[in-house]
Amino acid sequence: MSLAKYLLKDVAPYGGARTTVLLADGVIAAMGPDVSDDDATVVDGRGLVLLPGLVDLHTHLREPGREDAETIRTGTRAAAMGGFTAVHAMANTTPTQDTAGVVEQVWRLGREAGWVDVHPIGAVTVGLEGERLAELGAMADSQAQVRVFSDDGKCVHDPVLMRRALEYVKAFDGVVAQHAQEPRLTENAQMHEGVVSAELGLAGWPAVAEEAIIARDVLLAEHVGSRLHVCHLSTAGSVEIIRWAKSRGIDVTAEVTPHHLILTDELARGYDPTFKVNPPLRTQRDVEAVRAGLADGTIDIVATDHAPHTREDKDCEWAAAAFGMTGLETALSVVQETMVDTGRLTWADVARVLSETPAKIGRVNDHGRPIAVGEPANLVLVDPDVRRVVNPDEQATKSGNSPFRGRELSGCVVATFLRGRATVLGGASCDEDVVVAR
Amino acid sequence: MKHLLSAADLSRTQAVRILDTAGQMAATQAREIKKLPTLRGRTVVNLFFEDSTRTRISFETAAKRLSADVINFSAKGSSVSKGESLKDTALTLQAMGADAVVIRHHASGAPHTLAHSGWTHGAVVNAGDGMHQHPTQALLDAYTLRRHLTGPGDASGRDLAGLRVAIVGDVLHSRVARSNVQLLHTLGADVTLVAPPTLVPVGVDAWPAEVSYDLDATIETKPDAIMMLRVQRERMSSAGGGFFPSPLEYTRGYGLDARRLAAMPEHAIVLHPGPMNRGLEISADAADSPRAVIVEQVANGVAVRMAVLYLLLAGSPASGATTDTNETKVDA
Amino acid sequence: MSSALPDAAQPDEAQPADATVVLGGPEISRALTRIAHEILERNKGGADVVLLGIPTRGLPLARRLAAKLASVEPALDEADLVGSLDVTMYRDDLAHHPTRTIGSTDLPGDGLDGKVVVLVDDVLFSGRTIRAALDAISDLGRPRAVQLAALVDRGHRELPIRADFVGKNLPTSTHERVRVLLEETDGRDAVLIEGGSR
Repeated sequence: MSLAKYLLKDVAPYGGARTTVLLADGVIAAMGPDVSDDDATVVDGRGLVLLPGLVDLHTHLREPGREDAETIRTGTRAAAMGGFTAVHAMANTTPTQDTAGVVEQVWRLGREAGWVDVHPIGAVTVGLEGERLAELGAMADSQAQVRVFSDDGKCVHDPVLMRRALEYVKAFDGVVAQHAQEPRLTENAQMHEGVVSAELGLAGWPAVAEEAIIARDVLLAEHVGSRLHVCHLSTAGSVEIIRWAKSRGIDVTAEVTPHHLILTDELARGYDPTFKVNPPLRTQRDVEAVRAGLADGTIDIVATDHAPHTREDKDCEWAAAAFGMTGLETALSVVQETMVDTGRLTWADVARVLSETPAKIGRVNDHGRPIAVGEPANLVLVDPDVRRVVNPDEQATKSGNSPFRGRELSGCVVATFLRGRATVLGGASCDEDVVVAR
Repeated sequence: MKHLLSAADLSRTQAVRILDTAGQMAATQAREIKKLPTLRGRTVVNLFFEDSTRTRISFETAAKRLSADVINFSAKGSSVSKGESLKDTALTLQAMGADAVVIRHHASGAPHTLAHSGWTHGAVVNAGDGMHQHPTQALLDAYTLRRHLTGPGDASGRDLAGLRVAIVGDVLHSRVARSNVQLLHTLGADVTLVAPPTLVPVGVDAWPAEVSYDLDATIETKPDAIMMLRVQRERMSSAGGGFFPSPLEYTRGYGLDARRLAAMPEHAIVLHPGPMNRGLEISADAADSPRAVIVEQVANGVAVRMAVLYLLLAGSPASGATTDTNETKVDA
Repeated sequence: MSSALPDAAQPDEAQPADATVVLGGPEISRALTRIAHEILERNKGGADVVLLGIPTRGLPLARRLAAKLASVEPALDEADLVGSLDVTMYRDDLAHHPTRTIGSTDLPGDGLDGKVVVLVDDVLFSGRTIRAALDAISDLGRPRAVQLAALVDRGHRELPIRADFVGKNLPTSTHERVRVLLEETDGRDAVLIEGGSR
């Protein structure tokens, strides 16, 4: 069965000058104002922005182990709805993604589902226990070709282990992505340590527990000559440390989540665990600082840290609830609302932070490519002018723990293309039979 | 008033009203027949996820003196210890027809979650949630302070304006401290918190209270009352967080002994929410001195809890406002 | 209740347009004087009599009666004659109204045992307040007898309760409202009927 062709008429690549783009045989076949093809399905692109397909460097697909919260199938479908064409699946599954066998299983399930390209992340330590290195080389060599390694959920807190991991991954151009959280300073922590936590009587998660680890890690990376990636950076102090590190020429990259761009710890006041997340929501000052960091390039990318949870894990008192929020289907809207609509990022910048740079960090070479003839057709078409109210019950993700329930956000994804095949068309996900057929 | 979840929710008027009502309840408790028929037919459930015989008995006594039926549910040996969630426990109790749920829980915010969840329909009374609030404790403390320190005669209608209260001890982990700081402030009193720096929360600057690390200096300012908080010995060890090097050093710096008691003004009283660690935060001399009102606090606790149950349960469910008996009687 | 009494109502506000004054100050005074004599007559003197006023307006009425009793029998001590009895916690209709403020119950020094308790209230209507008062009394002591003095009896009893001493019998319809104003609480003495077509 040959692949359908798509003619994207009058679209604006990177929000710039309008043109028409023809997708055929999995690539961008032609671009220009007069391009046409009678066999192609026409997509009316007036008013729409064309971007390279988004790449998420930080997602939890929960399979294997917690299929009650999400599966690779439902999670990647949610990703496609959010405009993503590739996601990196974090390793804190059951069993842990710490062997070639498990990462290959995840990679294969992703391919079979066919919604996005799944790049499994390998655990740094066996079982995420922080005691000894996992077989990073085997995972790198496997069919999954793992390049990003992370114990996310937990911190690689032992400085010697972190040093070894940073050194070891140089052999295959890998990168360690650190979840920065000094465990002793955050024992049983529930929310950001500050005025709100003092009043609510919830154990605090101090900013310094994140900053101290980042400070240590950038110096380690400098010392051993490795690159380092910092997950979900959330505090003003962390932004400053990264800025300083980059000024010294240290090869560090950092990510921020959509929720840390817009939500604060004040939301904990109702004790609604929808807002319980790790790292926690911080103060308005921190929100301002990460926005500024994203705008000036100190923070390189936005990554969702999509963390689905079942209702039982959130429908309870705060202390008993799980940490995490969903985010694949609202990420682009939040970035548009906080950064594009306010004039701090252009659409070209959005392409950089949500597609090009994440692909580069993950060493994914067929995503995050320029929109040009000959490039793989991994693309997303966005309508920036629409406003929609978020309703988690209608989302593709299996879980309903979105912090944006009932909130109106800018923009929506109209179409997503994975190697020239539409995974989302007309704002709705495409029939699975169509998607899977190759 | 539909629930009592936090001292922060009480306005000055509401707080004074509770204290005044407690005064009337206390009067009935001085009679030979202490029981009143007021809440006959109502069911009060004591939902205690944390051990606390004293507070539970206090609420139970309060409910029974008003002729309410009491169901006691404690976590140990119940379905909860087998993993039943707060939600399912609440739904079960609602099925039994609880008009009020008095809840003590180790998680801050659990009463708030219960009250707003729709799992129960009755009034929710917070009997202590984690490190967050213990509003009836603050109310009985305020009642005790009012009785002793606002002058002779009937104290009805009075607040605590101008009184100076020192609260000493582990403020960081104390729901009693949080409730008291807010309620005392609402009632017009000035509060000074005295603790070692490790036991004061980051963010305390936003509280309506002074902070001092020096107990003797604070006593020199002649406060009208001193409230000693319980300090847990476990917090001294490194496993408990190592907040303090040793019990002895704590007592030397922050314990109330006979010497410090003598330095307090003559009219000043000593409070403690109990249970006391005699010899740690309070010496036996201080605890047993005539200026300590600790035993009276317990009796006042029953009256205050009777008042709270009355104000939450006696009126029509839709009531928020109140009537005075001098409003035109519909039927006489 | 010994908490602050409400501000005395302004004379203009106290009498809305459709209110009829059925008793004025002098008539109230005469009625109380007569009731005082009736109490003394019925009980063969004022020894052992305790006038328990039901707040709010029963209390000033009880005090006035005590003053009148003492003026007729100077041997009586006014202070020993009067007390207040708050019945809020014994009412059977609490759940039908917004939460009521509880008033004070103050008994004279000797208590109620063996006494003749005369309950004093401003308006006798359904009788439920008096029923609550009887329950309250039974928890406070064992009087030798309980009698009832009401300034106004407006009929429509729902319980088998009757007044022993009545200031004025006032037939009313249930649509109407009877309001008693007293100098001590409202700035003037009057009994008003509102809401009817008189």
